[in-house]
Amino acid sequence: MIRADNISLSLGDREVLKDVSATFEPGQTNLIIGKSGSGKTVFMKCLVGLHEIDQGEIWYDDVLFSGLDFSAMKEIRKEMGMLFQGSALFDSMTVEENVRFPLDMFSDMSYGEKLDRVNFCLERVNIINSNRLFPSELSGGMKKRVAIARAIVLKPRYLFCDEPNSGLDPKTAILIDELIKEITVELNMTTIVNTHDMNSVMENGEKIIFIEDGQKCWEGNKNEILTSDCKILNDFVFANALAKQLRETSHQ
Amino acid sequence: MLKFLTGFGMYWMLLGKVFSKPEKSSIYYRQTMKELVNLGLRSIGIITIISFAMGAVITLQTAYNTENPIYPTYLIGLGCRDSIILEFSSTMVALILAGKVGSSIASEIGTMRVTEQIDALELMGVNSASYLILPKVIATLLFNPLLTLLSIFVGIIGGWIAGTSAGVITTQEYIYGIQYAFIPYYITYSLIKTLVFAFIIASISSYQGYYVEGGSLEVGRASTKAVVYSSVMILLFNVILTQLLLS
Repeated sequence: MIRADNISLSLGDREVLKDVSATFEPGQTNLIIGKSGSGKTVFMKCLVGLHEIDQGEIWYDDVLFSGLDFSAMKEIRKEMGMLFQGSALFDSMTVEENVRFPLDMFSDMSYGEKLDRVNFCLERVNIINSNRLFPSELSGGMKKRVAIARAIVLKPRYLFCDEPNSGLDPKTAILIDELIKEITVELNMTTIVNTHDMNSVMENGEKIIFIEDGQKCWEGNKNEILTSDCKILNDFVFANALAKQLRETSHQ
Repeated sequence: MLKFLTGFGMYWMLLGKVFSKPEKSSIYYRQTMKELVNLGLRSIGIITIISFAMGAVITLQTAYNTENPIYPTYLIGLGCRDSIILEFSSTMVALILAGKVGSSIASEIGTMRVTEQIDALELMGVNSASYLILPKVIATLLFNPLLTLLSIFVGIIGGWIAGTSAGVITTQEYIYGIQYAFIPYYITYSLIKTLVFAFIIASISSYQGYYVEGGSLEVGRASTKAVVYSSVMILLFNVILTQLLLS
């Protein structure tokens, strides 16, 4: 479980997060939704310790993560996996080396054992016969899947995904969403996904937090989101013509 | 002034992170070997060409500017040797490497920063500063002295070929000149300067890349700053070290 209590953060003169609190349970996909620039990515980076918060507390189970120094933080970070918006694969390494990197760094496995684990993770994300390719030779969807393989190679307890289906076609985006949902259940991880893709919300939204202008405005699940009377949330959820039409139809 | 002091403080804090205990020494060893190839071996070509040309020019310039029967001809060889050992092969080569290696380091690390690869390393629990920068510092410290020695050798050969080809000096006179009143300490002086300059190039360029914010435009600017600041510091430390080591 991850708990954020009253998180505030300013970057320069701008207050990016204002008193945000949330709890994320294991074994389910937790979504953070909101417009571009609303503070979703900053909030996620605060949760993983890439931004130092001004106020508040972040708890990983019963450990106060936000109060730890770098070396203590490192121990919890070894239990985290993160899928970055741009995949963040290491350009100078092949697919296999990218996925093997956390094992090289933090495990005492033999080369053969590492290779087996890498191939298992790559097969799990449907990347086959691409071990020798470099990130520049992969499509956007493949990069995301390799990044997921790298994120889960150490069997993390916490998985963070920052806009996992941005820049992908709808079909590939659905595949990525399904993959995240499946591995969350398989590994019983606490998964947090930043998204503004409504399809992801309706597929994976077991718990949803809506952030607007650095503040948490709404919390619920995918069933409650359609019937919410929160105006800002409705403006976001039903922003496109198709969603508006569906809502009107369901009201009739 | 405040910006300068902040930058200075951040530079030393970064060095503190760089020289903290490595996570897994075998990985760092592998990285260092890669950097020796990238930053060292791949610089041999340019250093050879420039050193040869500079040795040739120094010999010809010395010859044409000392056309006086009072001066013995072998002094051309001596002048060429001392110019190359004392200044050219340490300072000039360092300035050239600041351009080649410095911009490469800053743009590589800067690109990793803006594409979140450094964040990915940090999130895995890896000390990104140490993992990325320490192998580069070690590689430049190990390889740049070799480049300096190569530069001295090639520069002197260049001077000999140019001098004898142009007919300004004979082989015997040139060899006598480069052996005349040779002070071995000059080589030590040159190598000490090279080590300091190598550290300046690797650390300042890494710092510029590591703290890039923004996109590709900022990476380009960081790369330029890396070259400019490294070059200025090399020139400054050249004066300081010359006073300290030769006075």
